[in-house]
Amino acid sequence: MPSPHTLPRRFRPWLVAAVSVPILALAAGRGAPASERTGTDPVIIRIDNFTFGPETLTVAPGTTVTWVNGDDIPHTVVAQNKLFRSRTLDTDDRYSFTFEAPGEYAYFCSLHPHMTGTVVVRRPTN
Amino acid sequence: MQDPESHHPPGTLSRRGALECMTWAGTGLLWSLGGGLPRAVGLTRALAAEEPPAPFTFLQISDSHVGFNKPANPDASGTLREAVAMIRQLPEKPAFIIHTGDISHLSKEQEFDDADQILRDTGVPLFFVPGEHDLLDDDQGRSYRDRFGRGTRGAGWYSFDREGVHFIGLVNVVDLKAGGLGNLGTDQLAWLERDVAGLSASTPVVVFAHIPLWTVYPEWGWGTQDGARVLACLRRFGSVTVLNGHIHQIIQKVEGNVSFHTARSTAFPQPAPGTASSPGPMKVPAGELRKVLGITRLNLIHGREPLAIIDTPLAG
Repeated sequence: MPSPHTLPRRFRPWLVAAVSVPILALAAGRGAPASERTGTDPVIIRIDNFTFGPETLTVAPGTTVTWVNGDDIPHTVVAQNKLFRSRTLDTDDRYSFTFEAPGEYAYFCSLHPHMTGTVVVRRPTN
Repeated sequence: MQDPESHHPPGTLSRRGALECMTWAGTGLLWSLGGGLPRAVGLTRALAAEEPPAPFTFLQISDSHVGFNKPANPDASGTLREAVAMIRQLPEKPAFIIHTGDISHLSKEQEFDDADQILRDTGVPLFFVPGEHDLLDDDQGRSYRDRFGRGTRGAGWYSFDREGVHFIGLVNVVDLKAGGLGNLGTDQLAWLERDVAGLSASTPVVVFAHIPLWTVYPEWGWGTQDGARVLACLRRFGSVTVLNGHIHQIIQKVEGNVSFHTARSTAFPQPAPGTASSPGPMKVPAGELRKVLGITRLNLIHGREPLAIIDTPLAG
């Protein structure tokens, strides 16, 4: 039988940052060089009301995307091509993945599979 | 007893005696649903000339979510304890209890342990199937199977017989596909076909699984992708009762010889399909919570009455 375990407590300052997510996400996708964005600005996808928001997010290669669960119910973030898979995210838990290669990454919640989203990784045009 | 105020078509009632009564009783709303009279069972017993048998009663309990502590119910263990206390006070001790999943909220050992201790106090045997909340450990269900699913097959499916009724526990919360609903998978369906192959069509069948086996509301994932294959498999049986959880509210339907029923949670209610922005936990006014939590009793009185399903809230 597996030994008892507890999930580590996670810090919460990101919740404030999360409010401005869509704008930041757009900024990251609109052509600012990825090197200037990654590591400084959090690119966040909110999970609220059993929905990934934004449902489709466009970022530059090298961007780290962070999912934050705002629901009272746990969710997961699982790539359909199995590239990434979060552990179970309870309320306020976060999961990050860095997208290196251009492409479209479809993902879903393995607990509530009607919840789907896509991260589009594209090099800035200018 | 038939309620003249019932909104169900009277033709349905007289033809099958399906919806037996729907009445206010005391402080709570009591639903009683006949699941299709297994006539061949009555015949068998008549031929055997047995004494009038005591009613065979079992219970369904669902969605305990032990460990849940959010505003919709800060003490899910407490309300489970209340449900257990209610079960202990029943005038007729049920033969056993079926738990239709989401025993825990996050599959933590402590949550499973607490649930186990509380449910043990009922003093009757328990049968389980997992909900998606019970398979969240690193080994994706090992904890559940070690504790609640010993002797089961695959992800935790099995069958057993009691009092001439064939019970089938199915798992539809594993290997869910993006954009899809609950999922049983080909291995489990193949097993099911073999499991019922030798049964006479007069055998009453009770099927239980966490997510509804019929499509309640696909927009919220409330259904099972390959659930129709289960029903196809059971079509030849004279009486089939399908018991589910997951949606934390009572929804029932009769289709041919099949009665579908979902149970209340003992932890928190969820909104009716499409009435909220999401299926998440619903916070109800203080004092109202126990009216929307509850347990389900099922009575099979051989040869006399249809299988009756009675939902009882924790408080009126």
